[in-house]
Amino acid sequence: MNTDMNKASSELGLLSVMGATVRREMLLAFRNPGDVINPLMFFVIAVTLFPLSVGTDENFLSAIAPGVIWVTALLAVMLSMDSLFRADFEDGNLEQLLMSPQPLYFLLLAKIFSHWLVACLPIILLAPVLASMLFMSPEGMLPLVLSLLLGTPVLTLLGGIGMALTVGLSRSGLLLAVLILPLYVPVLVFGTGVVQAAINGTAFSGLLALLAALFALAVSLSPLAISAALKISIN
Amino acid sequence: MLEVHGLYCERDERILFKDLSFSIAPGKALQIQGSNGSGKTTLLRILCGLNSDFSGEILWQEKPVKQVRSEFCSDVFYLGHAPAINRTLSPRENLRWFSASQGKTGNIDISTALDELGLAGYDDVPCFMMSAGQQRRVSLARMKLTSARLWVMDEPFTALDKRGVSEVEQLLSDFVNAGGSLILTTHHPLQIACDIDVINLDSRVQESAP
Repeated sequence: MNTDMNKASSELGLLSVMGATVRREMLLAFRNPGDVINPLMFFVIAVTLFPLSVGTDENFLSAIAPGVIWVTALLAVMLSMDSLFRADFEDGNLEQLLMSPQPLYFLLLAKIFSHWLVACLPIILLAPVLASMLFMSPEGMLPLVLSLLLGTPVLTLLGGIGMALTVGLSRSGLLLAVLILPLYVPVLVFGTGVVQAAINGTAFSGLLALLAALFALAVSLSPLAISAALKISIN
Repeated sequence: MLEVHGLYCERDERILFKDLSFSIAPGKALQIQGSNGSGKTTLLRILCGLNSDFSGEILWQEKPVKQVRSEFCSDVFYLGHAPAINRTLSPRENLRWFSASQGKTGNIDISTALDELGLAGYDDVPCFMMSAGQQRRVSLARMKLTSARLWVMDEPFTALDKRGVSEVEQLLSDFVNAGGSLILTTHHPLQIACDIDVINLDSRVQESAP
């Protein structure tokens, strides 16, 4: 029976499995637009509140702009993390994910990539608009986008570890923050560093390379940590 | 195919089972019985590698499961307590991801699978608009899409109507008679026409009590 069945069934490559995972996550984001809109709205509102509270002095605003954009982007990413595994944990799909014969590493990578597309990419696209609202000098725009492009995937991957550890707890918001904020600090330091250096006219490629190194490290190691953490959470 | 030796598990300082040994061969079914809280679900999750709070040995094709995890996963179909159905997606979308995550698809397409579970015409209705029984049927339609040789099912008949129960029983006995292995828990009196063993977790604890 089994040999017959195997002949009739078709093997799927790893890429098509990852594609199917991304497609499913996109579909879910399309059906629950809150997952896209909430972090984006938080980002916009939080940045907009700064000129209202610290005054509209152009020099002062442009000085704090890189930090404000980066900190709010970081918090928005952290807020968005909650939806990463929550629904799958509750409806039992996480068990199916862990029982899949496909390598968990790549399935998780696909899932996190989709989360980044949904939650982080809109933030990156909107960041230059908000930065110019804060009078950030135009030399900083491209480095800001580049640093966010390299930095937000790291934030998502690290957040995934925290989320995987806390998905079994009903209210994990504060615990998640305590767990992963320390890990976010280097990304924040290098990310704002890139933009500051660009505005001051100094070379920023070294800092960008450090961010890229963090990105490479996070991509290669955090799916392993996430799968280990998920196995603990599901126990 | 699957062999279990000297399984011991305790939870909250209560021994769920100790020295539990059994094996399952192709063409056999095994029903785990026991009252609520006797550890049926825990046992099934241990067998699937979803729970690691145990001691003892689990062998798959005579090798420890941990060493042959990916072969084990592609040969085992687990239907858990939760239906593993995302409520915002339609049955088709749910099952499409399931078959992709299996790496290989069965020789039947998703609409046919849904038809056979009595869900013709519901392919594209979001699952949150369906009743609990219909959602269970969507979940059970995965039986049609998997090419696994061992099915591990936790209360597969929950929320099904009488006809649904007998249809699913028919599917299960067809699977076992074609050479598959089945481990299931249920409180429902099983009427399946195949070779079936029973393990009762309650009586085991009473025996082992001092």
